Amino acid sequence: MSAMDLEILLQQVLNGLVLGSVYSLVALGYTMVYGVLGLINFAHGEVVMIGALTALSVGRLLEILLPGLPGPVVILLATLAAVPVCMALGFVIERVAYRPLRYAPRLAPLITAIGVSILLQHIAMLIWGRNYHSFPQYLPSEPFNVLGASLTVVQVVIVVVAVAMMAGLMLLVHRTRLGRAMRATAENQSIAGLMGVDINAIISITFIIGSALGAVAGVMVAANYGVAHYYMGFVLGLKAFTAAVLGGIGNLGGAVLGGLLLGMIESLGAGYVGDLTGGVLGSNYQDVFAFFVLIVVLVLRPSGLMGERVAERA
Amino acid sequence: MNRSRVAIVTLAALAALGLAGCGKEEPKPAPKEQAAPPPPPELSIKIGHVAPLTGNIAHLGKDNENGARLAAEEINAKGVMIDGKKLKIELMGEDDQADPKTGTVVAQKLVDAKVNGVVGHLNSGTTIPASKLYSDAGIPQISPSATNPTYTQQGFKTAYRVMANDVQQGKVLGEFAVHKLGAKSIAIIDDRTAYGQGLADEVEKAAKAAGAKVVAREFTKNDATDFKAILTKIKGRRPDAVFYGGMDAQAGPMAKQMKQLGLKTRFMSGDGGCTPEFIKLAGDAAEGFYCSQAGLPLDRMADKTFAERFKKRFNAEVQIYSPYSYDAVGVLVDAMKRANSVDPAKYIAELPKTSYKGVSGNIEFDDKGDIKNGAITLYDIKGDKLNVIEVIGGAPAAPAAPAADAGKAAEAPKADAPKAEAPKAEAAKK
Repeated sequence: MSAMDLEILLQQVLNGLVLGSVYSLVALGYTMVYGVLGLINFAHGEVVMIGALTALSVGRLLEILLPGLPGPVVILLATLAAVPVCMALGFVIERVAYRPLRYAPRLAPLITAIGVSILLQHIAMLIWGRNYHSFPQYLPSEPFNVLGASLTVVQVVIVVVAVAMMAGLMLLVHRTRLGRAMRATAENQSIAGLMGVDINAIISITFIIGSALGAVAGVMVAANYGVAHYYMGFVLGLKAFTAAVLGGIGNLGGAVLGGLLLGMIESLGAGYVGDLTGGVLGSNYQDVFAFFVLIVVLVLRPSGLMGERVAERA
Repeated sequence: MNRSRVAIVTLAALAALGLAGCGKEEPKPAPKEQAAPPPPPELSIKIGHVAPLTGNIAHLGKDNENGARLAAEEINAKGVMIDGKKLKIELMGEDDQADPKTGTVVAQKLVDAKVNGVVGHLNSGTTIPASKLYSDAGIPQISPSATNPTYTQQGFKTAYRVMANDVQQGKVLGEFAVHKLGAKSIAIIDDRTAYGQGLADEVEKAAKAAGAKVVAREFTKNDATDFKAILTKIKGRRPDAVFYGGMDAQAGPMAKQMKQLGLKTRFMSGDGGCTPEFIKLAGDAAEGFYCSQAGLPLDRMADKTFAERFKKRFNAEVQIYSPYSYDAVGVLVDAMKRANSVDPAKYIAELPKTSYKGVSGNIEFDDKGDIKNGAITLYDIKGDKLNVIEVIGGAPAAPAAPAADAGKAAEAPKADAPKAEAPKAEAAKK
């Protein structure tokens, strides 16, 4: 392999890392909810989208009200505004759509989740229109060279923030009382309730935390690609869910691993599948590649790479 | 005693309401039939318009629909007479989501509604499957933006388009890249839609014929936003130019990502990427971009007041194809006038004989349904604006007449003269 090839490989790996960080952040939302409720919250992708669009609107507002503010400050404030909005949204969704169906047959909340997803997409379409909005470049966009690969400030920020948030979440879940309560609820809801855990509160908090992470992920995606629109959550949510399953649904470490892995597979797959198959499959099979790997992993190891962790259903 | 008073009051109130209601209804028919002579009977027709109104190119779909809508409103306002009756166009605007499956469902819906003509669709990928349905039903279809050659090669008597097609566009782009930009190696990406793939194939053919090497042929999907993997691979091949066959919603992020990856080479696209929206999405990565449009630049079109009227009516800039959807409606109505009938079976024979002076220029069709003398305009982007580099093809330029004159010119298609008056009528009505 020539030096150029190595550079290209490094670039693809870095791209995959950035992509994977975003997937991981969103996958955590899916996996946490599945862990405590056994429910796939299809609406989570849309919460991410609302986070991105809210940040877009707040950013625009700030530019009008306080024109002199430096870019990084604007995007920080916009994110800080988007997080509570998404937290509230996640809380409302759980209370209105999922809590009444908590003891209903599994299919009911699943369909409801899909319904909420569609509802949110259309609400976003009504508020922000159907056009693609360009997300302003708040951070410098000039790339800098790292061993022959190009990186931008946005990408570095994405990885750093994602790692920080995931570390924070791990700390929360494994080292605090709240985290212990969450783990207990995830293990066995009724027993945890008997032990004095407020199940409803814990579940709400799970949704709130997941949505907060989703909001940050939404802003990162919008900043990275420079576009935000009402439909951006759908495919992202689907892939993040895939990542969560790949790593082991319900397992936080699994979500992180699955996300990073999926990002890498997509990036390397799209880059090299053409060469590997001699041109039979092109780079438009990028998604096929990712889902194919998912199928293989699930067939060989059905509980995902790091093992499933779901609530025991009495 | 009380009850009868209540009854009387109620009756009086109802009578008052009834009279008031009557009073309100009278003014409505007035705008059309003010004068003493019996008003001409109305001839109501439905013209269907199909474009993606949701999804990532909704802004282009809306642009097309607005153009058609403006035409319908202006024609309704000025009063075109066909067979002794005043024409009233009802525009049925439908959304096909740029999806071929939805496109055929919508086409069937329009066929079932027995529309008198169709302007659409926007994407080649939806226009081509839908054209079969319209052909089977004998409903004339004029597309204002589908450039894929296959559309008119199917041999349908109902299929027409009012701008140049991708055989011409691809040739112009490929030759421009090699001869004017001096590119010896080109990387080509397309979005695997009928349009993107078709145009990319034509560009590849033309570039190879002109002597360049195609060092990469990559693909994406028409809703993807992450192109880093493909662009990284292309970066490794070091091309002199990168061509993207697809729409602005992706070309924009693609340009951005090229910059992020440090892929410093010329970036080109076809008409799908040649819009103001591209500049918005690409940000500062739009500088130095080359693209083409199938048609004349807006400020060289025959009717220079179009952009103004459009802006006034819709409070939006022309994106790209609204002048063509506007003209498509005009062509349909013009054929109806010459046949003196709105029945598709009767006026379809008039379409091949069309010689219509539209906003975009003189429209005549060849035997396949393509426009004669279609022009391709090459643009570059400098200073966040699309600048015309060159116009290739097109009818010999008509003497540049100021907008007012263009309206008054006494020509056979009467559609022209009233157009200049129509905006005034519109303004008066408002």
